[in-house]
Amino acid sequence: MYAIITISIVAIIVLFFGAFGKKKMILPVIFVGLPLAFIVNLMGWNQSIHYFNEMYIDDNFTIAFNGLLLFIALLIFVFAPVYYKSVKRPLEDIYALILFSLVGGLMMTAFGNLVMLFLGIETLSLSLYLLAGSKKSDPRSNEAAMKYFLTGSFASGFLLFGIALLYGACGSFNLEDIKLYVIQNQANIPAMFSIGLLLMAVGLAFKVGAAPFHFWIPDVYEGSPTLITTYMATVGKVAAFAAFFRLINSSFGDVDFLWKTSLIVFAVATILIGNFAALYQDSVKRMMAYSGVAHAGYMLIAIIALKGNAAGVLLLYSVSYSIATITAFAVLMMVRKETGSFSIKSFNGLAKHNPTVAFAMTIAMLSLAGIPPLIGFSAKYQLFVSAIEQGQLPLVIIAIVGSMVSVYYYLRPVVAMYFTRSIESTPFEAAKLYKKQILFVALLLIILSFIPGLIINLI
Amino acid sequence: METTVTQLQMIPLSYYIIFCTALFTIGVVGVLVKRNALAIFMSVELMLNSANLLLAAFSAYRNDPSGQVFVFFIMVVAAAEIAIGLALLVVVYRSSRTIDINILNRLKW
Repeated sequence: MYAIITISIVAIIVLFFGAFGKKKMILPVIFVGLPLAFIVNLMGWNQSIHYFNEMYIDDNFTIAFNGLLLFIALLIFVFAPVYYKSVKRPLEDIYALILFSLVGGLMMTAFGNLVMLFLGIETLSLSLYLLAGSKKSDPRSNEAAMKYFLTGSFASGFLLFGIALLYGACGSFNLEDIKLYVIQNQANIPAMFSIGLLLMAVGLAFKVGAAPFHFWIPDVYEGSPTLITTYMATVGKVAAFAAFFRLINSSFGDVDFLWKTSLIVFAVATILIGNFAALYQDSVKRMMAYSGVAHAGYMLIAIIALKGNAAGVLLLYSVSYSIATITAFAVLMMVRKETGSFSIKSFNGLAKHNPTVAFAMTIAMLSLAGIPPLIGFSAKYQLFVSAIEQGQLPLVIIAIVGSMVSVYYYLRPVVAMYFTRSIESTPFEAAKLYKKQILFVALLLIILSFIPGLIINLI
Repeated sequence: METTVTQLQMIPLSYYIIFCTALFTIGVVGVLVKRNALAIFMSVELMLNSANLLLAAFSAYRNDPSGQVFVFFIMVVAAAEIAIGLALLVVVYRSSRTIDINILNRLKW
């Protein structure tokens, strides 16, 4: 709760500094405010406080995911000054919008009431629509924003109609009351309830980018400015999954026959489409977008295998996915700055000039593919184990096949970096700017690989 | 207020549900079929407002105010959403001189 207040205040202060022309103060305020919010967030650990008539629940699940979201946002802000180095205007609007959308993300992990879920999703998405189009002069960015807006508001309509039908069946928006209703009427669930639940699942599947509702992801991710894409692919996705998990876990655990089949269909379609479509991409940015789709499919498995320690598994998977994605996108920002293209050819010979950056990219790709010593492997392993314990063996087999396919496209940039010669032989200028930050994130990824047990037992 | 609720309750609840579902379906079909961005915005509004009407009807039938309060939140969000949508539309119009969404084809496959 206090993290939300802190971030909101920081965002307003940033806007004021921008309005009064104090350009140099904006980033320091953010770099003080985000760690402060992180610490304030941790203070409610093990207390499980409920605010505002159960609208906001501050339990350990909330705190762990909010901590992750705040940390990811901090990592992205580390890259912001480098990414916007050539832009002369103050940029307070972009930073403030990122912070406001972060507030929406923090609300989504903590809702105890469907009203709060809707408001959180809208706060996150409305800011993201604008951020996707923040490069106003670039028609591709405009197009991405427009597509994101149209599909996003369409999905909100589905979510809202689902909420309305659920309210009609249960007479309450409160998750506890819905759970009570479900327990009492388990034998004869009205059609209104199941249709409402299905519509809500469709709306949330849109937001997390699960197939068959993933079609906006590649276009929006490719057209948006890379920093914003990184933010969308990490904070947006993690928050949406936390919300999805909390919704299913706290209200609908007892009626799994209503949603399990459709979620399994979503997960299988997402894994197959994401991985096979990524094979054919020439642009690395678009490939990463499809990789995000595929990872959404794996994270859906954590929701399907609800019992046991699914929350911990989802947290571990979110951590591994987010950190590796940030590393990969940071290298992509650097390559794009230097060569002006996202194509896989622009990675040629990178290892010769910039061994550290090439190493970081390799680590990120191997972690996303799930190669053993790294955190991506332990996350996938725990996920598959918990799914098998719930009797989802066919689903796990499909996921493993998808994972094997993914190794091919994750290794393509690595092969290009190490084994293909580049035409020009000058070292990258942009590497000087990005090198330290990229190395930092890659080291973080390696350090986290040693402590997956700690993360999974956190909640 | 009491008379309003009684008047609302004179119409059977199933009529509201059928009417709202029809409105929602028209909205969905509009989004999928229309090529004009403004028409799509209107269809999205129709979807949101069908949910609003449904919430208000359920709320009147159950004598529970929380549904009506949610309607106010939805109206605020819908207003913010349409403001953003129109801003984006202006930007797209400036660069391409049309609001037909078929021109949004630079990003593909």
